[in-house]
Amino acid sequence: MNLLPPLRVLDITRENGFLCGKMLADLGCDVLKIEEPGGDPGRLQGPFYQDTPNPDKSLYWWAFNANKRGITLNIEETEGRKIFLRLAEKADFVIESFTPGYLDDLGLGYRDLSKLNPGLVMTSITPFGQSGPYARYEATDLIGMAMGGIMYISGDADRPPVRVSYPQAWSHAALQAAMGTMNAYYYRESTGKGQHVDASMQLSVIWTQMNVTITWDISRMNTLRGGAVKTYSMVRDGKAMDVPVRYTWKCKDGHVNFVIIGAGPGVRVNQVLVEWMNSEGMGLELKDFDWTSQGFVPTDPETREMLERNIGEFFESHTVEELYEGAVAKRIWIAPIGTPAYQMVNPQLGARSFWQEVFDPDIGETVVYPGWPIRQSESPVGPPRRAPHVGEHNEEIYIGEMGLETGDLVRLQESGVI
Amino acid sequence: MGKKIFEGIKVADFTWVGVGPITIKNLADHGATVVHIESHTHPDLLRMTTPFKDGIPGVDRSAFMADYNTNKYGISLDINTPKGVEIARELILWSDVVAESFSPRAMGKWGLDYESIRKVKPDIIYYSASQQGHGGPHSGYIGFGMMMASLSGYAHLTGWPDRDPAPPYGAYTDFISPFFGAAALVAALDHKRKTGVGQHLDLSQLECGLQLIAPVQMDYTLNGHEMKRDGNRDPRAAPHNAYPCRGEDSWCAIAVFTDEEWTSLCMVMGKPEWVRDPRFENLDARKVNEDELDRLIGEWTREREAQEVMESLQSMGVPAGVVLTAEGQFNDSQVRYRNFFRNLYHQVIGRHAYDGFSFELSRTPGSLTAAPTLGQHNEYVYKEILGMTDEEIGDLIAEGVITTEG
Repeated sequence: MNLLPPLRVLDITRENGFLCGKMLADLGCDVLKIEEPGGDPGRLQGPFYQDTPNPDKSLYWWAFNANKRGITLNIEETEGRKIFLRLAEKADFVIESFTPGYLDDLGLGYRDLSKLNPGLVMTSITPFGQSGPYARYEATDLIGMAMGGIMYISGDADRPPVRVSYPQAWSHAALQAAMGTMNAYYYRESTGKGQHVDASMQLSVIWTQMNVTITWDISRMNTLRGGAVKTYSMVRDGKAMDVPVRYTWKCKDGHVNFVIIGAGPGVRVNQVLVEWMNSEGMGLELKDFDWTSQGFVPTDPETREMLERNIGEFFESHTVEELYEGAVAKRIWIAPIGTPAYQMVNPQLGARSFWQEVFDPDIGETVVYPGWPIRQSESPVGPPRRAPHVGEHNEEIYIGEMGLETGDLVRLQESGVI
Repeated sequence: MGKKIFEGIKVADFTWVGVGPITIKNLADHGATVVHIESHTHPDLLRMTTPFKDGIPGVDRSAFMADYNTNKYGISLDINTPKGVEIARELILWSDVVAESFSPRAMGKWGLDYESIRKVKPDIIYYSASQQGHGGPHSGYIGFGMMMASLSGYAHLTGWPDRDPAPPYGAYTDFISPFFGAAALVAALDHKRKTGVGQHLDLSQLECGLQLIAPVQMDYTLNGHEMKRDGNRDPRAAPHNAYPCRGEDSWCAIAVFTDEEWTSLCMVMGKPEWVRDPRFENLDARKVNEDELDRLIGEWTREREAQEVMESLQSMGVPAGVVLTAEGQFNDSQVRYRNFFRNLYHQVIGRHAYDGFSFELSRTPGSLTAAPTLGQHNEYVYKEILGMTDEEIGDLIAEGVITTEG
């Protein structure tokens, strides 16, 4: 049995909020993706199946709208608004990502919908939230990563700050909004009262920076960016310092991730790594090194250079596979740099049946989707249904559920409402 | 104010570091009673991680630790002792939710794994957040978000095509995983409330990381392409980069997707002639000449404050945003308007800022109180929740089961 009953979700997000409804769908909700006639602009975001830009071939659309049904509706038309209100009256959730004020102007804002349906949970996903000095600012993924702080601290010091090359910021907002939506739902089920969830992309991205914001507050230090070598800004022995911390290491046939951490479980990890190195006649200089003396990361430049030289030489004499196999067996934290090709042969993902293969008759091919990242012992999440085509479920919803006549549907289609 | 969302929900929180604590923080910030279990012999790693009050390390001095553990009761208990395990089991019997983020073998070693617990408490909701999930050849792998950010693909996808792979700053997947976990955990609580059925939620941080780049993966399986890091480039936009502004290491991001936005940008820059310049007249031309485009825009931005660039472009509808430093985020007028950073009084650190809520709930906004010091609520938890006497507590302290020092 799914974690959630088939609660009705009206998902009128545009490209910047798809993941929230996708998560509700994966948890068991009945999600209706409502698009404007002609299709959602999110269908234009690549990559595309066989590299052919086509509203039904966007892999962005496929990935984040799987498990939803799709209908078209022009909510700017009077009749469209009426239909939307009828749907909203009985819905459990509305998720939207329009510019703040847009739905209010149409008489479809939270104030209007909650009068009709006091138990409704409405979630708004916007760049900066519903109000405030930047509420009407235009934002894209790049702007979200910039104003959420993660960009300033990512990338190489001698070049501009960078985002992640595949858009993330909206997904962070949608993800955190999904948590807020579930909180509001839980409260609704206790009290019968719905509410408005007002999510901000900027603040969601701020949450991705680890201890950087807190470091400013406590130590008045701005963490600086680094690529393969990050910068940890800290105060030690009364001295403010920017400590280089290597994340990416070269090895024989590529790169691995490893971080020298001198505290907690890091002490054992480093000792085991040194034993491994020593057993192959390498890193002998580290044989009796006192790891407990280093604190969280080694701050003394000479010590760091010595540690990195020894560990670096060892890594460079091994392949990624050798290092990762050793890491798993010896329980130390060396990780490969995952690529799309690697993930398909990653035995861990295979063993956990992570990939979900769904045959798509439209293209005559099996599409491999990432599965839900949580195994739920009594409520397993199965393979997704492919994302809807434009208006694919119009008849099912408008005629089958709302009781419109075929003639009505044709008329609404001709007048551009559906 | 009415009742809080999770009032009455009880959580035995064995989690540590990032993913687990942030997941459970959501329940705590909205009214659940959460007991966070640690010990001086095995304190949460974040207690050893900067920033420390006055730059001096100490188990109760890390503001990083505090940030992820608001609204929790903190106890010190050594579960590597038989009595410690017994007390942990009592707390589990008291709870609705058990949460842990050890590597998959650990809880079993103490007899506190899901299979053992469900035998005595069949409706328990048991949340496990591990690096790569339970089961499978790499299940025992230990590590942090830095490793999962690399393994799931963010190192491959971040940075410059001519340089080594490098993930975004920090433990990136630690800030993806908790929100999948929290959504499922709340749904599981609702499910149990309605059906009486509890369950095990077994979260893999690797699999969470892969969710946000699903289209990249599908581009490989369906089209055979291996998308790779490409600085700030975007196939649908140009200009699309961070541009240098006046001052040291000061930047403004500008993202132009449409010709209309390009025209507006040219007007703001006072270069109307660039609108029809064959090098830049449409997206295809701008993509071909993107290096030159970046150089010319950089010449314009360099003379201006980042804030000024953002405001002048936004006033014309061009997406632009200051690349905010940590300090910049504290001073940002929108962040301040949302009252994001909250100053709370911590017993040892004193008053300091915590990351707040990324979403506002109109009816039940949630509230924050400072994180506990290690063992701060021993008396309350051992007496009021577990019903121990002063004498029993004294004995447990003497035996080192309730820890007071490392």
